[in-house]
Amino acid sequence: MKDQGAPPEASVQVSSKSVEDRRLRLVNRTMQLYRNEAHALIETLHAVQESFGYLEEDVLKYVARTLRVPLSRVYAVATFYHSFSLKPPGEHTCVICMGTACYIGGSGAILDALREGEGIVSGETTSDGKVSLLVARCLGSCGLAPAGVFDGEVTGKLDSEHVLERIGRWRGHEH
Amino acid sequence: MKIHPRKNVRSDLNPSRLLTFRIDERVVSAHEDESILSVARQNGISIPTLCHLDGLSERGACRLCIVEVKGVARLLPSCVTFPRQDMEIITASERVVSYRKKILELLFTERNHVCAVCVSNGHCELQNLAVELGISHVRYPYLYPRLAVDASHSRFSVDHNRCVLCLRCVRVCDEIEGAHTWDIMGRGITSRVITDLNQPWGSSETCTGCGKCVQVCPTGALSEKGKSVAEMIKRRQFLPYLQMMRGRQDESWPK
Repeated sequence: MKDQGAPPEASVQVSSKSVEDRRLRLVNRTMQLYRNEAHALIETLHAVQESFGYLEEDVLKYVARTLRVPLSRVYAVATFYHSFSLKPPGEHTCVICMGTACYIGGSGAILDALREGEGIVSGETTSDGKVSLLVARCLGSCGLAPAGVFDGEVTGKLDSEHVLERIGRWRGHEH
Repeated sequence: MKIHPRKNVRSDLNPSRLLTFRIDERVVSAHEDESILSVARQNGISIPTLCHLDGLSERGACRLCIVEVKGVARLLPSCVTFPRQDMEIITASERVVSYRKKILELLFTERNHVCAVCVSNGHCELQNLAVELGISHVRYPYLYPRLAVDASHSRFSVDHNRCVLCLRCVRVCDEIEGAHTWDIMGRGITSRVITDLNQPWGSSETCTGCGKCVQVCPTGALSEKGKSVAEMIKRRQFLPYLQMMRGRQDESWPK
């Protein structure tokens, strides 16, 4: 069993820059857990997403090289699943629930207002890098419909004005 | 009825069985690991295809080769469906043909297939299929997406407006060339063929510039530079040969 697993430092040495980067620890650990086999790709991308917050291009190249997966395949997998993001997240995140109850409660109108007012749609970040907008399938807070999450804090009975005001405060200009 | 997987491992102890079944009222016999499409073509029964190409793996992506099988409610893609004993297959019923037409019409609406200004005009598989199936007009609204043209490669260019996502380029690059430069990003209607990390083709580190993807592309999506309207004629006779040469066990060239 011992000689099966690679020593912890083995894959770190592949790239000299990665030795410095502590964020790569989780990524390397995940790849080693699966003995650098190609089928560990999705699991590894999850690790990258978790420790970097998004999928950085250099890290994607590093993962592709280590797992011996073609670059285009890595990109294909990274763009197929919605839980992966290729852009760095904003300082704050705003999640709007689009579950059935919230949709009927008017969360579509909130997203429209955000597109009009802040110029962002789901998955995008405002131009100043302050706020990222995400859409959730269901938060399980249907009694609070329409619901959203502002930096981890669930808020219910939302309307467009409330959401715009909240985001305006984050971006540092009062409405 | 299930579509059973291709059984690749054959030996004297596990020979492939010979089956007898019907295609369009004709009794045919074939090995159980031959697809319905290949059996039909061997017997001179034509089934239209778009993503299928001799010498590449099957993908079942275009769904134009759908056939009706007695006792199965769904239509089955004949390129990835294998025969069963006494199966009854109908290749060109009214229902099948109407679905094929719908599929083609939807392909035309999804991107900008304007034949009059296309390098592949007159030599295009999509165009030929439309002629073959007698499509004179499209019943659905066109989407007119604004898609990019990438001409960064020194010899070839890719026009996403003409792409039908048949995955031939992806397969030939992976299976024959062995580079896997191409793949598909995104999903659904936002899918695109990409090189490496969705970077300009000319900057791709893995592309060998062999041009196999260009030759297998059924439409004008991938073309050689310097070709004008209707000048792009694809040549792909090398494919079955390359597949044979790369798969052979005993290399006869003296070392």
